[in-house]
Amino acid sequence: MIRVENVSHRLGERLALDGISVSLAEQRVGVIGANGSGKSTFARLLNGLIVPDDGTVTVDGLSTSREAREVRRKVGFVFTDPDAQIVMPTVGEDVAFGLRGSGLPKPEIARRVTEVLGRFGLGGFHDRPAHLLSGGEKQLLALCSVLITEPAVLVCDEPTTLLDLRNARLIGHLLGSLPQRLVLVTHDLAVLADFDRVLVFDGGRLVADDRPAGAVAYYRALMG
Amino acid sequence: MLHRIPAGVKLTGLAAGITVLLLLDDLRGLAAATFVVFGLYAVAGVPPRLALAQIRPLLWFCVVLLAVQLLLTGWQRAVAVVLTLVLGVALAGLVTLTTRVTAMLDVVETLLGPLRRVGVRPDRVGLVLALTIRGVPVIAGIAGTVRDAHRARGATVRPWVLLVPVLVRVLRHADALGEALTARGADDDPPGNV
Repeated sequence: MIRVENVSHRLGERLALDGISVSLAEQRVGVIGANGSGKSTFARLLNGLIVPDDGTVTVDGLSTSREAREVRRKVGFVFTDPDAQIVMPTVGEDVAFGLRGSGLPKPEIARRVTEVLGRFGLGGFHDRPAHLLSGGEKQLLALCSVLITEPAVLVCDEPTTLLDLRNARLIGHLLGSLPQRLVLVTHDLAVLADFDRVLVFDGGRLVADDRPAGAVAYYRALMG
Repeated sequence: MLHRIPAGVKLTGLAAGITVLLLLDDLRGLAAATFVVFGLYAVAGVPPRLALAQIRPLLWFCVVLLAVQLLLTGWQRAVAVVLTLVLGVALAGLVTLTTRVTAMLDVVETLLGPLRRVGVRPDRVGLVLALTIRGVPVIAGIAGTVRDAHRARGATVRPWVLLVPVLVRVLRHADALGEALTARGADDDPPGNV
């Protein structure tokens, strides 16, 4: 259970989040809103990337401010731009990076890397330079690099925004089929159709919290 | 075959090889060393184009170096100096081509291990090295994008005009990378350090 209680947060002079309270227990939760509405700031609260100015955020009872390390092990985060989250020069090494310092023996790390790359269609990419991948392949790599640590929750901040339609659909389909609890920030309203719940943000406030059809209708009306 | 040799052995071999190159002061010895380096590339199965790519960035530096050495010393010394440099870089390139970055980082972290006592974090040093290697294609990509944006708007592309927009985008990338590293737990103290 993710609990966000009375959270407000400023980014510079701007009030990015204003008195947000919500509990998330569903398997798949969508977050939508206009640019600057606060949805990305909300997503960053969930794995402790941002500690709120006011209020508290807990994930399965762990506080994101006091137990950030434990929270980050539990909550994986996928960003919009995969280039910014690829750390190592080759595909296999980047996926293995998440397990450095985990104490796992090298053969076990290698086995897990091979397994996760195969699962996401990157089986033949192990030794390829990461910078030579296509945008879709880079986002798949970013996903693999997060999932190899086996997080219980996956938060994705517009992971398909920079992708073409085919890759956006592929990533959207893969995210929907993961066993992890998913919080997906997106502008792609179609992908939310079979989600359990959708939150709508506007001006830093949570203005709608409903099943997908109701939330999307509200959002469309809000956008005029 | 070279790929399977442990990174530590290869790095030690590289240090020894470069030391030998520096000690060789006659052209016959350097000619023999050239054959050895060619042989190592052949054994490693590195394609000629990739092998040449390791030393191509040195081209203009070698031309200048050769000219200066010709003026200051003789042709034999000039050729020897340039050949030593080229062979050294070729050897380093061969180690890079046949060794995973993570394996090299492991060696660096092991070597820096004793410095933990004075507060140095070898894993952080290794991470910085990895990010430096990863940063080369990223910055090249940013520079290419900014250059194309200038061309698309009909502007004359001059290197100093690109400097500020490239720098701004590199700093933004660094911000995003820092956030991603935090999200991936790289900023957390390892177990036992807390």
